[in-house]
Formats: sequence, structure tokens, C-alpha cells
Amino acid sequence: MSRIATTFARLQDQGQQAFIPFLMTGDPTLELTKELVLEAERNGADIIELGIPFSNPLADGPTIQRAGKRSLAHRTNLKDIFKLVKEIRTESQIPIVLMGYFNSIFNYGLERLINSCEEVGVDGLIIPDLPMGEDEELRALSNEVDIISLVALNSSPKRIKELAENSQGFIYAVATLGTTGERGEVSKEVKAKVEEIKSLTSTPVAVGFGISKPEHVKEVASFADGAIVGSAIIKRLEDNLELLPESEAEFINSVGEIVSTLTSPLN
Amino acid sequence: MSAELKDNVKGLFGEFGGKYVPELIIPALEELEEAYDKYKDDPEFQEEFNYYLKQYVGRANPLYYAERLTKKLGGAKIYLKREDLNHMGAHKINNALGQVLLAKRMGKKRVIAETGAGQHGVATATVAAMFGMECEIFMGAEDVKRQALNVFRMKLLGAKVTSVTDGTQTLSDAVDAALRNWVERIDDTFYLLGSAVGPHPYPTIVRDFQSMIGEEAKEQILEQEGRLPDYLVACVGGGSNAIGLFYPFVEDKDVKMIGVEAAGLGVDTDKHAATMAKGRKGVIHGFKTYVLQDDNGQIMPVHSISAGLDYPGVGPEHSYLKDIGRAEYVSVTDDEAVNAFQVLCESEGIIPALESSHAIAHVLKLAPELDQDQVIIMNLSGRGDKDVYTLADRLGVEL
Ligand SMILES: Cc1ncc(COP(=O)(O)O)c(C=O)c1O
Repeated sequence: MSRIATTFARLQDQGQQAFIPFLMTGDPTLELTKELVLEAERNGADIIELGIPFSNPLADGPTIQRAGKRSLAHRTNLKDIFKLVKEIRTESQIPIVLMGYFNSIFNYGLERLINSCEEVGVDGLIIPDLPMGEDEELRALSNEVDIISLVALNSSPKRIKELAENSQGFIYAVATLGTTGERGEVSKEVKAKVEEIKSLTSTPVAVGFGISKPEHVKEVASFADGAIVGSAIIKRLEDNLELLPESEAEFINSVGEIVSTLTSPLN
Repeated sequence: MSAELKDNVKGLFGEFGGKYVPELIIPALEELEEAYDKYKDDPEFQEEFNYYLKQYVGRANPLYYAERLTKKLGGAKIYLKREDLNHMGAHKINNALGQVLLAKRMGKKRVIAETGAGQHGVATATVAAMFGMECEIFMGAEDVKRQALNVFRMKLLGAKVTSVTDGTQTLSDAVDAALRNWVERIDDTFYLLGSAVGPHPYPTIVRDFQSMIGEEAKEQILEQEGRLPDYLVACVGGGSNAIGLFYPFVEDKDVKMIGVEAAGLGVDTDKHAATMAKGRKGVIHGFKTYVLQDDNGQIMPVHSISAGLDYPGVGPEHSYLKDIGRAEYVSVTDDEAVNAFQVLCESEGIIPALESSHAIAHVLKLAPELDQDQVIIMNLSGRGDKDVYTLADRLGVEL
């Protein structure tokens, strides 16, 4: 079983849901990303999503766009990211999923990418601009790495059925009709969508986009298998960048704190 | 028609094209594809489209024999397809009109568009005004500055113009912003894409809505010369005016087709937009094509004196035509385009758009090398009123 499947199985046995924070790799530095991953794990993260920065992040709102920019300022690339995951693996076995745009991956080479993932211990890939219909080649190449499908609120029943049948690792239910970013509340349609997906597959379903408060996490956990939070964490990170470089420990701590606050409803 | 070009069910031109978009956009693309399939051959749709093309846009526009320019260059006969004479002064209105008629039939109340030079923004604002639709145009902040005149025109036409401050603040960033806005408002909004780019079915739709350029030109040249041309020349930003001219000639193998990209300060500098010359295969704005990107696959900032050519990708059908050797792509620098702009003004009394001036610049090189009995058709995609400030600035003239 993959690390992702094992994690969900364990949580399900305990009647718990996964907390999945998103961090932009290299924001603000690769060294700090490593520390933040470990800190997030200590504060209750079950799976980590690491962003691959891209010049044109179509699915992202302003907060994650800015995180990508900070990372690209020092030209973070996939090679750096794989090296980082390798280092993290010496200290942690937390499932790691990379999230990035298809051009980064296409440019790196699909086969080479899958090999690198397997070699260093990346467990899954989320590629928002590689929908069903375009992802077949990547799926065919991948054995151990889960290619995680995204389902949108407006996906047709026919597509959801097909997506569910081909799903690996977990299904990413996109909770907004829009881009990433903090939102006031979780839309009512999300629950129905997750239930529709769950009626079609036993693959766990995690909800992301717009999940930004402990109340949201609590609500999502009542019907899904996991909650994914990106912008709210990055916003905190951003607000505390001024602590660097003097008070590194305090900076790392502040990100741990928000992770801990967000996971509190799950324990 | 070759199999790949005609039968692009998945929206593929060889390996190029496709639908590399977030899942959220898929239903909207499917809805669009369905509507387009339903209406493209519908006589009532075609009739309405043709009615407005004739009575509102002023088609067919002339295929004008540029006699003075021909004499000056001393080589092939040069014909200009006068898209600059269309209502609002560019080829962009053809596609905007086709798409708005589609949007209307789909029951959409709001249209959005990206724009570089502002020509497509103006075209979209125009058709939105005509059909009483809410309209928002996304434009890079840099372009808002260079194309102030068009910004004001859009506003006069009732559109909201949103200045995009991401990235290099040019066309590529405007496309991102428009796509993001589409995602947010997918239920009531029609994305009126302005070039032969983007996810399927846009490259096909835009090509079809621009193909009257080549169809008319073919008829007109047969009438005036009694034969097909030897060369077609058009500038390429995303590639809509070029594919509109080329497409009806693709099967006429003796007609050579040349797309002209912007070389900016030179293709060996880091300030150009010559995607075919310097790009590698990649994915941008939802489709696979040649892309200007760095070693890590990051899309590169592009530069051209003409905002409409300032794009790091190129329409997927062009990438395919290049790979199969059916079309050739060259590039022209800012300086060459500025010179060509002036040459056309002085020799023919026509003020061309800076975009079109790139095509002219190539004709200035090509025509003298050809025999006098050879024929070039060049697409004069737009008029240059919008560019006079840029030109004045360039020539050190205070307006
Ligand atoms: C007059 C004119 N020509 C050409 C272009 C380039 O676009 P395309 O390559 O789609 O024809 C533009 C774009 O704004 C334009 O305004």
C-alpha cells in the first residue's frame, strides 16, 4: 500500500480525517520549507502538499501567486524540490504530494519525473491543468506515484463517475467555483458533491480551495476524509516573514501554530 | 483537407492543441464545443453572421494592389488584404462578432476578453455594446499605458477595463487574469478569446471565424490575377489573422505561407517574442504548442514594440503547420517594423498597425528577391491610429 493509502486507512480506523497543509516549496527558502514540513507534521499534518512554483499559476489566487513569486525569485526548480524531499525523507515518512502545473512537468520529462518521484519518495502528484482526457500518458507511466484527480463543483455526473473509477490515492474535491484563496464560508454544494463522489468509489476524498478557518475544517471533516488548507497558512507565513532572518525559530513556530489551530477540530 | 487539420475532434493539430485546463473549466469548454457544433453549419446562424459582416463590419474588404510599393521594391506584385478597413480597424472584429452570436445563443449575459494591443478589447466591447451584454476587458498594465487610446475607446463603448498588474503586465498575464475571472463567473460568463490560441475548441472556432479573410482573398486574387498567389505573408501574435488567411490555402500546395513574429530587440537578446524561432514545445494557457520558456519550464517575459505580438506562445495549428513544413515562420525586429510602418505610410498612404508592420517588413525583404510575375498577398491586419503615440515616441516627436 502507498504511504497515502496507509495514512488514510489508519485515520479511518481511528475515525479521524486527514489534515493536509499546502506549502510553496522554496517560500521563503528551501531550507525553511524543510523545517516547515517537519513543524507542520509535529502540529498535526497528516499529508503534505508541496507546490512547484510556476510563472503562470492559472488556478491560484493572489496569496499563492505571491508565494510562487517569492520562490521563483531564487529560481526554485524541480531538481531542488526532489533534493529537498530526499532530505526530508531522512527525518520523516509523512506522505508528500507535489502540486504543480503541467508545463513544469512536461519540461522536466514525464518519465524522468516519475522516476525522480519514486527515487526520492514523492507519493503523489496533483496537476490542476492536467484534467482527465490529457492525463493518460502520465498515468500509464506511473506505478507507485498516485496521480490525484481533481473534481469540481460543476463536474458532470458522467465525468465524476469516470474520475472516480480512475482515482488514485485520494480525490481532491475543489470547494470553490474559482481559484485558491481564503473564503468566508464553505459552499453548501460541497457536501453533496463529496457524497456523490463517495457513492461511486472507496477512494478517500479530501476537500480544498477556500478552506481557511478551523470552522471550515470542522465542517469539511463531517462529510469528507480530509481537509486541504493553502492560502490561510501562506498568509500567516507571509505576515511573519519580517521575523527573518533574525528569529527563525519564531517564524517556524508561527506556521506551526496556525497548523495546530486549523487541526484542532480534528482531535 | 489533411486528416489532422479537418478532423480535430479532440482539438489536436498533430501533437499540438488539447485542453490543459483546470477541471472547473471543462464543463464550460464542453458547453462551448456543443454550441459551436450545433451552430457552425446552421443556416440561420451563418446568415446572421454574414449579415453583420457585410452591413456592420463592411466586408468584403478590398484586396488592394500596392502598385507604388511594388514598383519601389522592383520584384513580386504585392497585394494587401485590407482588414484595416473593417469597422474598428482590425481583423479582430470578425471573430468577436462570430463569438458574440454564439454567446447570445448560449444565453450568456456577460462577455470577458483579454487584450494586448487593445484591438481585440475594442472589438469585444463593440459587439457587447451591439448586443447589450455586460463586458469586462483584461489588459496588462503595461499595455494599458502603451495603448491609452484603445483603453478609452473600450470605455466609451461601455466596457469595464481591468488593468492586470501580474507578471510582465502584458498579454500573457491578461490571458491568465481573464481565465481566472472566467473560472469565478463560469455560470453567466462567455470568454470571448481573441486569437487562435487557448484550449480546444477556441483555436478551431477563432480560425473558422477568421477564415473569410483567406476565402475572400482567394476569390479576389483569382479575379484580379487569374491565378493563386505565390506567397501569403501575415504577422503572428497568437496567430488569428495569419490562420484566417492561410487556412483556405492549406491544400493549395504551391502557395507558400509565411508567418512573421516579433523579434523585438533581436532574437539573440532576451527581449523578443519570436516563439517559433526560440521556443520549445510546452503547454501555455490550456494548449500544447511552441512556448518561450527557460530551462525550468517557466514562461519567459516577452517583448515587442507592438503589444499585439507580445505573446510567449503561438496558436497550435501554426506549430503544426511549422512541423509538417507547410508554413514557414520568420521574425522581424522593432526597428525593421518601425521602418516598414513608415514605408507603407509614404508609399501607399496607408497607416498600418505596428503588428501588421511586421508583415510589411518581411515583404520588404521578400519582394525584391522574387520575379515581377510573382504575387504576394499580405494581410494588413489593422490600421495604425492606435500606434501613432508609440511611433512619435520612437521618432523623438512630442505630440
Ligand atoms: C492589428 C493586429 N494585427 C495582429 C494582431 C496579432 O494577433 P493575431 O496573431 O491573433 O492575428 C493584433 C493583436 O492585437 C492586432 O491588433
